Amino acid sequence: METTIEKTKSRSLASETWRRLKKNKGAIIGLIFLVVLVIAALASGFIYDYDTQIIGQNISQRLQRPSSEFWFGTDQVGRDIFARILYGARYSLSISAGSVLIGLITGIILGAVAGFYGGLADDIIMRIADVLYAIPNIMIAVVIVSLLGSSTINLLLALSVSAATSFARITRASVMTIRGQEYIESANAIGMPNWKIILKHVIPNCLSPIIVQVTLLIGTTIIAASSLSFLGIGVPAPAPEWGAMLSEGRDFMRSASYICIIPGLVIMATVLALNLLGDGLRDALDPKMKT
Amino acid sequence: MWKYILKRLIQMIPAILITSFIIYFSMNLTSGDPAMLVAGEKATPAQVEQVRQELGLNDPIVIRYLKYMGGMIRGDLGTSYVTKQDVFKTFMSRLPATLELSFASVLIAVLVSIPLGIYTAVNQNSWKDTAGMIFALFGVSMPNFWLGLMLIVLFSLNLGWFPSSGRAGFQSLVLPAVTVGLGLAALITRTTRSSMLDVIRQDYMRTARAKGASERRVIYKHGLNNALIPIITVIGLQLSNVLTGSVLAETVFSWPGIGRLIFDHISKRDTPMVTGAIIMCSILMCLVNLVVDIVYAFFDPRIKAQYVQK
Repeated sequence: METTIEKTKSRSLASETWRRLKKNKGAIIGLIFLVVLVIAALASGFIYDYDTQIIGQNISQRLQRPSSEFWFGTDQVGRDIFARILYGARYSLSISAGSVLIGLITGIILGAVAGFYGGLADDIIMRIADVLYAIPNIMIAVVIVSLLGSSTINLLLALSVSAATSFARITRASVMTIRGQEYIESANAIGMPNWKIILKHVIPNCLSPIIVQVTLLIGTTIIAASSLSFLGIGVPAPAPEWGAMLSEGRDFMRSASYICIIPGLVIMATVLALNLLGDGLRDALDPKMKT
Repeated sequence: MWKYILKRLIQMIPAILITSFIIYFSMNLTSGDPAMLVAGEKATPAQVEQVRQELGLNDPIVIRYLKYMGGMIRGDLGTSYVTKQDVFKTFMSRLPATLELSFASVLIAVLVSIPLGIYTAVNQNSWKDTAGMIFALFGVSMPNFWLGLMLIVLFSLNLGWFPSSGRAGFQSLVLPAVTVGLGLAALITRTTRSSMLDVIRQDYMRTARAKGASERRVIYKHGLNNALIPIITVIGLQLSNVLTGSVLAETVFSWPGIGRLIFDHISKRDTPMVTGAIIMCSILMCLVNLVVDIVYAFFDPRIKAQYVQK
């Protein structure tokens, strides 16, 4: 009896979450898909030669329908779409994960400062966040990328802005509920500096909503990044970014619609996997929320 | 109620000031030398300087901002560098197309999502619920512009039912509105379902059934009325995306709306047009948010009571 109690106690939040998550079929399917995609994206660098197989043109093989030789067919200049999709996962995943990470760090810092100190700092940070929130994120990104010029780094920065506002809001809301708790008061009483309290006590206690938001935001950001590439201001050609591939296929919609269909399906599958995982994580981290 | 609306209108002023300040400065500090753009590539340095004088670009940026705001109060947002047309007039000429598309998309979204959300909630944990939720999950995971392209492939290239681009009458509205509407519908379905699930277990629902009200009346009158607030909130929040964020749908379908206007002029570095259009959009958004808040009061007597007391 005693040992069971000890076992229950010793189970950390992470293992408890994992135990609940394992029961959610959708989340596990999403997780497996993402793991496979990440491995494939990493491996594609070793399997394919970028200059000849990814961006190299091969006109004799142009516009071939999906077959056993070319699983996803070839595009208007004879490039293997399957190879480009795998290689393109590097762009889509790293851009979205990267911009969410930048947004996460800035958002958490700003949100924690706003929530912890309140007053003027809170007013300034949150009013700016409100304004950015009112403008659709795609529009913010369009403005930033067109002003700074289209490059992968600028795209990353542009997409991180809306992620940052979202994290700032979540962190602020969580911090405000935690701020009055006794353990914060005691940390204060033993003379811990504010930044250390925020870092050691406040942020770890509002991690759950943030983790869920990270998963869901990576999905939205993949769509946003591909949208910008579709508009022609994302990753510059001829890089195999998914949105850019889709955009290139527009001129062949009548004769070779698969050039458009396949990248879209891949984007959808990836975002779907992230959404399934995010929903699963939300249920696993906060069982009360489950509906 | 009128007092409340007036109060909210006054509160809009600082929000618009902050927005216009951020947009004006970021646009003007980063978009290079407009005088070069206006004078043209072949202009001599003297001509460029003359244009700079005419446009008042030699003034410090703060002075220029104050002048700009002064003009804005009179409905003057300046002249486009590219088309040489009045920004405000151009914006207003594009507004009907955007409003038409937004209204149609929201209508489609509401007509699909609210019944579907209620249906899935009432049949919670059955296959009907799963099917509805899978639809919603696919809807939020799908890139909007891709859905638009797929609709073009199917309904205009293969079946020839609807035109694939332009704005000419009802037929041309269908595909863009479905594109924007379905993405929105997915989100509202999820909210409607979870909001209905919260309400469905309440005591007053049981009371309504006990007093003999029909199931239909229980769900729509007692249930939906109480579940509406979060649903309206989500629709309100999404309206900003519909209004100005439909740049993708507008691109796919060559729809002459505001999103497309801003996008086209950003790439031409037309600072007055972009600044003016974005500021107008944010004013529009503030008004939409006000309308959403008034709609709350209309649907929820508890909120209405608060306004009356004030």
